[in-house]
Amino acid sequence: MTARVTLATAQRVLEQLRRDRRTLALIAVVPPALLTLLRYILDAERPAFERVAVPLVGMFPLIIMFLITSIAMLRERTSGTLERLMSLPLAKLDLIAGYAVAFALVAAAQTCLTSAVAFGLLGVSVQGSSALVVALAVANALLGVALGLFLSAFATSEFQAVQFMPAVLLPQILLSGLFVPHDRMPHVLRIAADSLPLPYAFDALARVATGVEGGRLQLDAGVVLGTIVVAVALGATTLRRRTP
Amino acid sequence: MSSTAIAVSALRVVRRGRLVLRDLDFEVAAGTVTGLLGPSGCGKTTLLRALVGVQQVEQGSIRVLGVEAGSPELRRRVGYMTQTPSVYGDLTVGENLRYFARVLDRRDRITEVLSLVGLEPHEHSLVRDLSGGERSRASLAVALLGAPDLLVLDEPTVGLDPLLRRELWSTFHRLADAGSTLVVSTHVMDEADRCDRLLLMREGRVLAHGTPHELRTRTAAPTLEEAFVALTESR
Repeated sequence: MTARVTLATAQRVLEQLRRDRRTLALIAVVPPALLTLLRYILDAERPAFERVAVPLVGMFPLIIMFLITSIAMLRERTSGTLERLMSLPLAKLDLIAGYAVAFALVAAAQTCLTSAVAFGLLGVSVQGSSALVVALAVANALLGVALGLFLSAFATSEFQAVQFMPAVLLPQILLSGLFVPHDRMPHVLRIAADSLPLPYAFDALARVATGVEGGRLQLDAGVVLGTIVVAVALGATTLRRRTP
Repeated sequence: MSSTAIAVSALRVVRRGRLVLRDLDFEVAAGTVTGLLGPSGCGKTTLLRALVGVQQVEQGSIRVLGVEAGSPELRRRVGYMTQTPSVYGDLTVGENLRYFARVLDRRDRITEVLSLVGLEPHEHSLVRDLSGGERSRASLAVALLGAPDLLVLDEPTVGLDPLLRRELWSTFHRLADAGSTLVVSTHVMDEADRCDRLLLMREGRVLAHGTPHELRTRTAAPTLEEAFVALTESR
């Protein structure tokens, strides 16, 4: 792995994204708009909005980077550019890290914008550090990149790739306590939530929001980072120098 | 120039349960342009992929520039152009070249390869806005970036106008004169006469291997097209 190749890849990914103005606009506008929508839907249920607002700020990048990464990797596979890259002096981790660096930057910008709207205009309050919210959102974006990269290997078409979002991410977000807090779910579902990564990411954000951080926050962050490492390792095994 | 650039022996490849290459044996001398000819589906692309080392191989050995095909040290020494242009459509020609040049650490070569494929006027055009022929030239330019010792080109001249095609073939020969080895697949028979050596393939087997002149003489056929038919029928 070399810094030159990783950075070249990150720059190339950003150049591609820069060309796609509409995607950039969607990345910037959709999370603040959805959050604003939710704020007024829950106008009469202000505590319910407060409970999910900060976690959502930090979960948007995960969902969006997951989708973008799985489609981008699928394109690399189907266009033959991946085959070309695998025949060049480029380490698999150069490619993965290149995508991760590029999308982490995008996610950081996205979260700053969403946070500004949430904290500035919608009156969402954070007891803990709002810089920590941005940091957790970037970690979530990396988790989305890592999962998207790994799962894209199992999609043979864009139709399949986009459906991995509702299939893989949505159940985990629901189990995180988006509608019903985690401890009011049936026992089996709580066990399921405890064995999946996204509820930990959600919990970390909820803890920063309410200021009850403690040791559990470290566990949450540890699970998120551990999952990133595992997903990257699994993703690297799906990048083959030789294909059938 | 008499050294061997490629040595293939007992090469067998199975793709999706189908035997695509059936025990191939051949050698390619360094500094030559070898044309790989045969009908669509005869295994040309699979053979080229195997030479580059991106194809899973059932059995047999492929030595490229003295080492096993696909060895890490070959990644700088082998240039590969896939059949469908493998460049990024949402980047310009220049951006594509700059990216791959940074991967290869050969940014000094960008201007030269642009002029070799005649794409200077399109340096700032998005690849997806180019014609099919221009796109495949962009892909060829990337393959040339590393000044490779072995160039593996899968149908590089499809959809090009005759003038440009002639220019590219003379470029191929200049590269070979400078010491590179080229393996070029084509299904255009009139391109075969521009090759030093021909490798005729059919149904995953090597039908014949020799200079264009040898093949015509052996079959007493006036054209390579007829030589190909004669060789097929004589089996």
